[in-house]
Formats: sequence, C-alpha cells, structure tokens
Amino acid sequence: MLSLTLKQVSLALREGRISPTELCRKCLNRIKKTQHLNAFLSVTEDLALKQAQEAEARLLQGTPKGPLDGIPFAVKDNFCTKNVKTTCASRMLRDYTPPYNATVVQKLLDHGAVLVGKTNMDEFAMGSGSTDGAFGPVRNPWSYAAPYREHAGAAPDSDWVIAGGSSGGSAAAVASFTSYLALGSDTGGSTRNPGALCGVVALKPTYGLLSRHGLIPLVNSMDVPGIMTRSVSDAAIVLGILQGLDIRDSTTVPAPSPLTELPEDFDVKNMCIGIPKEYHAPGLSEETLAQWSHVADMFERAGARVELVSLPHTQYSIVCYRVLCHAEVASNMARFDGLEYGHRSQVDSSTEAMYASTRHEGFADVVRGRILSGNYFLLKQNYQHYIVKAQKVRRLIANDFKHVFSSGVDVLLTPTTLTDAARYYDFTQEDNQTRSAQEDVFTQPVNMAGLPAVSVPTALSRRGLPIGLQLIGPALQDKKLLSVAQWIEQRVGFRSISEYGESSESKQLYDENYKCNLEKVRNGLKVFS
Amino acid sequence: MVVSCVAASELLYRMNKQIIILYPKNLCIIRRISTTSSQWHVQPQPRARSAPHHLVGVVGLEIHAQVNSNTKLFSSSPVCFSAPPNSLVSFFDASLPGTLPVLNRRCVEAAVMTGLALNCTINRKSLFDRKHYFYADLPAGYQITQQRQPIAVDGMMTYSRLEGKKGSQVIRRNVRIKQIQLEQDSGKSLHDDVHSQTLIDLNRAGVGLMELVMEPDMSCGEEAAAAVRELQLILQALGTCQGNMSEGQLRVDANVSVHRPGEPLGIRTEVKNINSVRYLARAIDYEIQRQIDVLQRGGTVQNETRAYDSKSGETIPMRDKEGLQDYRFMPEPNLPPLIVYEDNASLPTGIDACQAVVVQKIREGLPELPSVKRDRLVQTYGILPEHSFTLVNEDGLVEFFEAVLKATKKEPRKVIGWVTNELLGHLKQKDMSVAESPISPLALAELLELQETGHISSSVAKQVFQEMWRSSDKSPLHIIQEQDLGLVSDATQLHKICQKVVDLHPDEVNAIRSGNKKVLNKLMGLVQKETKGRADPLLVRAILQEKTS
Repeated sequence: MLSLTLKQVSLALREGRISPTELCRKCLNRIKKTQHLNAFLSVTEDLALKQAQEAEARLLQGTPKGPLDGIPFAVKDNFCTKNVKTTCASRMLRDYTPPYNATVVQKLLDHGAVLVGKTNMDEFAMGSGSTDGAFGPVRNPWSYAAPYREHAGAAPDSDWVIAGGSSGGSAAAVASFTSYLALGSDTGGSTRNPGALCGVVALKPTYGLLSRHGLIPLVNSMDVPGIMTRSVSDAAIVLGILQGLDIRDSTTVPAPSPLTELPEDFDVKNMCIGIPKEYHAPGLSEETLAQWSHVADMFERAGARVELVSLPHTQYSIVCYRVLCHAEVASNMARFDGLEYGHRSQVDSSTEAMYASTRHEGFADVVRGRILSGNYFLLKQNYQHYIVKAQKVRRLIANDFKHVFSSGVDVLLTPTTLTDAARYYDFTQEDNQTRSAQEDVFTQPVNMAGLPAVSVPTALSRRGLPIGLQLIGPALQDKKLLSVAQWIEQRVGFRSISEYGESSESKQLYDENYKCNLEKVRNGLKVFS
Repeated sequence: MVVSCVAASELLYRMNKQIIILYPKNLCIIRRISTTSSQWHVQPQPRARSAPHHLVGVVGLEIHAQVNSNTKLFSSSPVCFSAPPNSLVSFFDASLPGTLPVLNRRCVEAAVMTGLALNCTINRKSLFDRKHYFYADLPAGYQITQQRQPIAVDGMMTYSRLEGKKGSQVIRRNVRIKQIQLEQDSGKSLHDDVHSQTLIDLNRAGVGLMELVMEPDMSCGEEAAAAVRELQLILQALGTCQGNMSEGQLRVDANVSVHRPGEPLGIRTEVKNINSVRYLARAIDYEIQRQIDVLQRGGTVQNETRAYDSKSGETIPMRDKEGLQDYRFMPEPNLPPLIVYEDNASLPTGIDACQAVVVQKIREGLPELPSVKRDRLVQTYGILPEHSFTLVNEDGLVEFFEAVLKATKKEPRKVIGWVTNELLGHLKQKDMSVAESPISPLALAELLELQETGHISSSVAKQVFQEMWRSSDKSPLHIIQEQDLGLVSDATQLHKICQKVVDLHPDEVNAIRSGNKKVLNKLMGLVQKETKGRADPLLVRAILQEKTS
C-alpha cells in the first residue's frame, strides 16, 4: 500500500480498501522505521491523525474533497506551517513556530491532504546535498536498497550516499514511502537535483505559477515551490491544485488553464526535442550520458524530431547565479536579528553586539559566507560591476531559451545531474560552494529564466543508484512538459525501491550508536565548524 | 483583523522581554569612510573682512508625508495614531519569514494625486527598492522605497509669502519638487536611558509614506515655512495626508547651507527633529546664522546631521554616524514594476479598470487647490489677498465664510472682518477649530442681517456676538430682546437724551457752532454712551445737528 502512487492510493481510499487513519498510521510507522535517513525534522503525528480522522469522516459520508483527501504529505522545512515548527534547518529558527500556513500548504490542507511532517534540508536551502543543515545530513534511501548494497558491500554506515539537495528530506520521504507527495523548493535545482538522486519525479513549475507566500525565501526572483511525487501524473494532480494567482504573492500569474488529467496516450510524433550541446559538460558521467542519448533515441524512433541546439550563455550561469543569489540572501537574512523571532544571543552589551552575536550563533558558515559576499556585491561601489552585470547575463541566459523555443523546439531534454548520488564521505571533501557550482550546472539556468522543468527517473546506474533526466519547457507550458515527461516515464519502466527490497544490512544501521549520534546533532551539541 | 491580533500578542510577549539597546544605530556591515578633503573646493572661503551680508542661506527640504489611508502600504493592518503599542501589526509588518508585500492601491492613488497637484510628471512605470540598514524599529532590516524610479518627478509648487508692514504684500515664489516616492514608515523606538532599554512599537512600521524632495530653492526659514504650510494645505485639500506635524503625519528635514550668490553651494547640514512650521522657520534661521558665524570665524561647516532643540532654539549635532552608511540598495524582487495608466483607453485587455490606477480619472477628481481657491475668493468677493490667506489657512473657514454670505445681504467685504477678526480671534483664543465654533454660520448671518437692516448698531452687534459665543443656544434676536439691545429710534426719546447732552456740554456746542464740525462726533459718542450704543446713529446725528446749528 505504501509504495503505491498518489493516484492509486487515492482510488484505494475511495474504494475503502484502506482508511485514511490506517494509511496515516502506516506512514507514521514508516517514518519511525526510516528515521536513520534523517529525512524529517519534525513529525506531526497528532495533527496528522486528527486530519486523517476528518478525511475519514468525509470519505465515509461520500463527500471527499478531491483526489488528495486523506493523502499523507510532507513539506520541506522552509515552508511556514501554522503551529508547526519551521526551522529552515538553521539554529536561527530552531524553535520558531509560524502563526500561519504557506499558501501551497494551505491549499493541500484545504484539499484534505494530511501533513505528516517537515523535512530536512540544507540550511535556508543553501546547498545541493542536504548535508549542510544544522540538524545533520539526509541519507539517500537507495543507500540501503539491494541494488546499491550488492554493489557497495556491507558497510552502510560509512558508504551511504547523499540525497541531493537542498530538498533532500522531501525527496527521501517520497522515495522511502513515508509520504505520497512532498513539497520542496527550487531556486537553482533544489527540487530536481534530489528528485533525480532519489529516483522520484520532481517538478519545478513556471516561476509565478505557484505562490511563494509562506516560503521562507532564498532568492525571491528564482524561488519556486517544487512538487515531488512517485509518478508524473501525480505531479500533474498536485500542480493542478496548487497553481494559480495568489493575492498574497504579487509575482503570481493566473493559471493558463485548469490542469485536467494528462493524456494517457500522448503522441510525441512531430514534436521537436532540443538537445542543448552545452549540457554535454565536463564531469558528466558516461552512464548519465548513455541514458540521455537512449531517451533521445526513443523520441526519434517515436517520430519526434531531435535537434542539437545551443544555449551559448549557459557557461556563465553559475557565476551569475552566485552574485544574484548572494545579494538576495544578504538582504533576505537581514531580518534575522533576534528581536522579533528566532534565536537571540545572550550578549546584551549593546544592540549591535546582540545583533552580531545572534547572527554569528544562528547562522553556520555557508549562510554567513553568502551574506558577506552578497553585501559586498551590493555596495554602492560594486553594484554596477557585479549586480548590474549579473542581471544582464541573466537576461542573456533567458534569451537563449527564448530563441530556442521560438525556433520551433517544444521541449529540451537534458540530464538533471552530472552523476548519480555521491557518497557522503566523497561529497563532503569539497566545500558547499564548489559542490553547488558542480551540482546545479544543468538545473540552475532554468531558474534564471523562470521556466518549468521536470526531472524524471529513468534508470539505475551500475552502482544501483537512480539517474534522472530533465525536461525543460517554455514558460507556462507546464502541462505539455508533464505530458512529455509521462511519455518517457511510460517507456523507461523505472522501478521504485520497494520492487528491489531493502537489503538486510539496512537494519543494522539503525543501531543504538547511531541513534545516539543523531540525538546529539538534533540537540545542537555538535560544535559547528 | 485576526491576523494582526495574533501577531500583536506575540510581539507584545516579545516586547515584554524588553529589548536591551544601548547604542541603537549603525551596525553596518561594511562602512565607507568618507573624507571631507574632496569637498574643500566647494567650501566658501572665509573672508574675515568681507561684508557679512554677502553670505546667504540656501534651503532644501525633505518631507515625509504619511499617506492618509485605512491600511498600510504593503499590508492590511489598519493605520491609526495613538493605538495601544503593537496592536496594529500584521505578520508582514513584523517581518515574519515568508511574508510578502502586497501594494495598497489607495497609497498609489494618493501619491499620483499629490504628484498631479504639484505639477509632477507621473512615471507610468515606477520601481521599488530595498534600502538596507540595521535598526531595531526596522524589522526586515531594510525599508522598501523607490530609489531608482519614483512614482512622480519634476514638479513645481507655487507658494506665497506675505510681506510688508501688515503682511499686505503677497509675493509668489516657486519651489521645484524633485520627486515623490512611496516608501514604508519605520516603527518607533522608545529609549529608556535610565534602564538602558529600548521598547519597540511597530504600529507605525509599514505605514505608507510619500517622500517629497524640494530642491534648494528657498533662502530662509520663513520661505521654507511658507512652502511647507502651502504643501500642508494642498495635502489636506487632496486628502492624501492629514498633514499634522505634531502627530508626525508630516515630517520635515531641512538641508541648509550658506554661500555667496553666484558661487557654488556650500557644505550643507541636515536639520532634523522639527515638529511644527514655526520651529521649522526658527531652526533654519538659527542654522543659517550659525553657519555664517562659523565661516566668519574662519571655520568650516561640517557635513552633519543636526537636531533642533525647540527649548533652546538651537541646532545641535546628532550622534556621530561614523562615516557614511552604504544602504546597499537592490531591486525589491517581490513587487513587479508599478504601472499606472493614462486613461481607460490605454488599459491593456484583461485589466480591470477598477483595479488599475488611471491617471486621467484621478486628475478629474482633483479638488480645488488652495492657490486657486484664494484667487477665486479675491475675485468673487472682492476681499483683500491677505484675507484670502487667512480664510484658506484655517480648515473650514472658507466654507464658514461662504455659508454666512449665502444667508445675508451684507457685502462680503463687510462680512470678512467678522469672520477673520471676531470669529477667528475667539477661536484662536480658545484654541478651537472652526468646526468647534459655538456660533454657526447661520447664526452669524442672522446677527449681521439685523445690523444691516438697522435693527442694531455695530457696537451692539459685537456685544450680541459675545453673548452668542457664551450661550450658543440663543439666537441673536432672542439676545437682543432679552437684554433690550434693540436700536432706539423713538424720536421723542432721542430728542430728550440729545438735549441733555447738549445742555451739559456748552463748550462743545460752541465749538461746533464756530465751525469745528468734528466735535459733533464726541457728542454722538456721549449719546451712544447714554443709550448703551443702541441709538440709531443716523437719527442722533440729525437731531444733534439740528440742536447745534
């Protein structure tokens, strides 16, 4: 039951094969069983059971609120949830409880979905591994699945792989069957990257199609709530519910059309699939490349036109992103001063001293570094050299996409990440900034241009880890994009973890020793570097 | 509003922890150190022997006008002066993470209207920016303002100064309006120096402000005061700002420098903490004189911020800012460009005319502006220009005046004195507004009508006015009857009184008879004294003339 898709379990609920409270309990138990993944920062057990009971009453009366009624979901911990802690995986907000729900959360609740918990991430979504949060890294569920274990051998506590990030907790939650859908956020690839590494469908909708109200921002001009599900049609259902104008977010746009179900027999014949040559980048693994060309061939065989196209300014995207991102971070983080909410330092010799130590204690290195460089870029003397230039480059990057799409290309097909998931040990040999630059290379230009993109898992690598491919579409053509994604999904036959079974070793992992370490981290005893 | 109540309670809880603040300004991550050396060339060279009157003041103004709107600029919290602390605070106002600004159309319309009234160019597209600085009453760590492209630019305001002995000479002056920008107000910090604490009230945080920049086209305190007074009247006429300086709805900072005409402008100081038009004039004049004194002593004027101390009448340097702040401006990413449309025809399809800001519609709705009103009053009623200023300066007085005119046949030029002297004099004495006047326009008109038709003399009319002021429920006629103040026009009675006066003053009578006709007035006065001013003056004159001929 737990490994069904949202659509399947929704049907099961309606047919009475399972009740919402049973389903909710199963998910909560599953969360406990997979605690070693560190995917959740808080579990809203009581609230979830209460919501499930309400859903049950509705289902029994035959008046469900829609396809999401009674469906357990998880939310990245940078979306505000009323009366539920929202930490952004930061010491700054470790005890912060918002008094309101983010619009996207509220919409899911209004449709009867059941919130089971808040998921782990990189601090304030700054990272690409979910390794830089204040409460410890997220482990990729595939680290414990048979295909990887058979390849890696029997040392799961040392060779586990990362979940990707920054929405690693949400991806791990969907992949490990603790929730049928999860919200992530995507600023430079933070939904698609972990989606690809954990083998789930990860949609980054068009900028402005989903409300950011209640999403604690990273880069306001690029942030988009992301949708993670186990199938493309599930993502479409959720998109249909979440999309549209929100008066609380002035950057939202009306939905181009109500999103009805995706066509089951979408025809790609006569479509034009663009293959951006710049995405054949250094560091791209052979296996990912092979998947990429394999799917491209599939399109060609089905009668689509597959064309090599050029997005010439892609190479400048990372450095340009860094300037714009850090500048907005510097600005957005200014509110965390310890006065109104969040952590407040004990130092009280002066307001300035209190501000300084509050911010020093509350933010870890990655955040502090971005604040510092962001403020540097924003200085009057530097503004023209950095911000204005970066804005111009951003326009060029966006124009690259415009040109390609206006030349007749329907969607672009690219890899989502360079490789499959790295071992935590390997990944942490490089710093956050280097990793982000490497990991976001394929995902991040899309955010510059505000376009919709979706990552679809296509296969397992030889290491037994998921590989995902990305489709990019023109603005507001999210539905068409998903239709093409579903076409791929129907043909690649990607199987979820449940179909491989968990390796026996995984149980060893959840030993006392580990639990102890986890507690230490959660209590913040770990001295942060 | 539920939303703000929750926020407020949470904030109050926080506030009770009493934020400890010792040196509350200027934690700036990176500061730019400024040197004054580069500004030397513009410093007027002190010439000890040069005539002091060669140095003249140059005054520019930065005015913050609170938009008169029900809710704040970017949130739905109500706007209200003197509400309990932190009772009008939405999640956005408290900068709760994840909240976003939503622009209040009313504030945009107010800014457009003000821009039109000040002859500005309204930018069809304007932009919002973040201005960063750390301060306890600025919860987000930045203020949303319009730095790059404000909503209105390049305006001009005409104001007038009354000069001459009796202020009877009206001199018109122009001041250029550089720009009007929309921005957020900050909260308020209440410093408790004894306990080294600061309490924060966020009720004001996020209230809409129009920042108006007036170019340095003024030369002294009185001009600046006249310009601000005119602006106040314009804003009040538009209803875009209540303009009360003491409640902080209108806040004026003055940029003051001195130079010799024809030479570059001198180094300026910024004078803050001015909370009335009267103090504005004093503060500026003090500052001009101070700068002249400094230069004449051979010193240099520092580019600094000074506060006006209304008790001592001096300006004093404010806390050292430790160099210039770099506000690290950046575009506000959560607000799309603000677009206003010229007319309904220019609205793109799909945009609801009710939701859009249409300049033409606002232009058509502009009320009569003070200068136009004054000209109209002078032309229509033949009153003196200085009277038109008195009328327009007092809220509601023009309406009062015109209401009186409607109900009486008395000439406007004779009514004006009653309104600007008797009525206004009484109001000022009691510090009352026109609306609070115990005498209604109709009652005053009735009184004047009684005088005009000869029922009472002018001196009795003033007596009756006093009585009306004291007991507003009595009509003038009632008072006249009650106190028997009606004009005595019984010829027999007046003859008797006149004869008595003539008999008692033979010297005066002789003087009149020998040609000094002016002495007749003295006798008339004596008759009026006898009758307590109730004698019909025409009749008395005729009788006295007869008796003294």
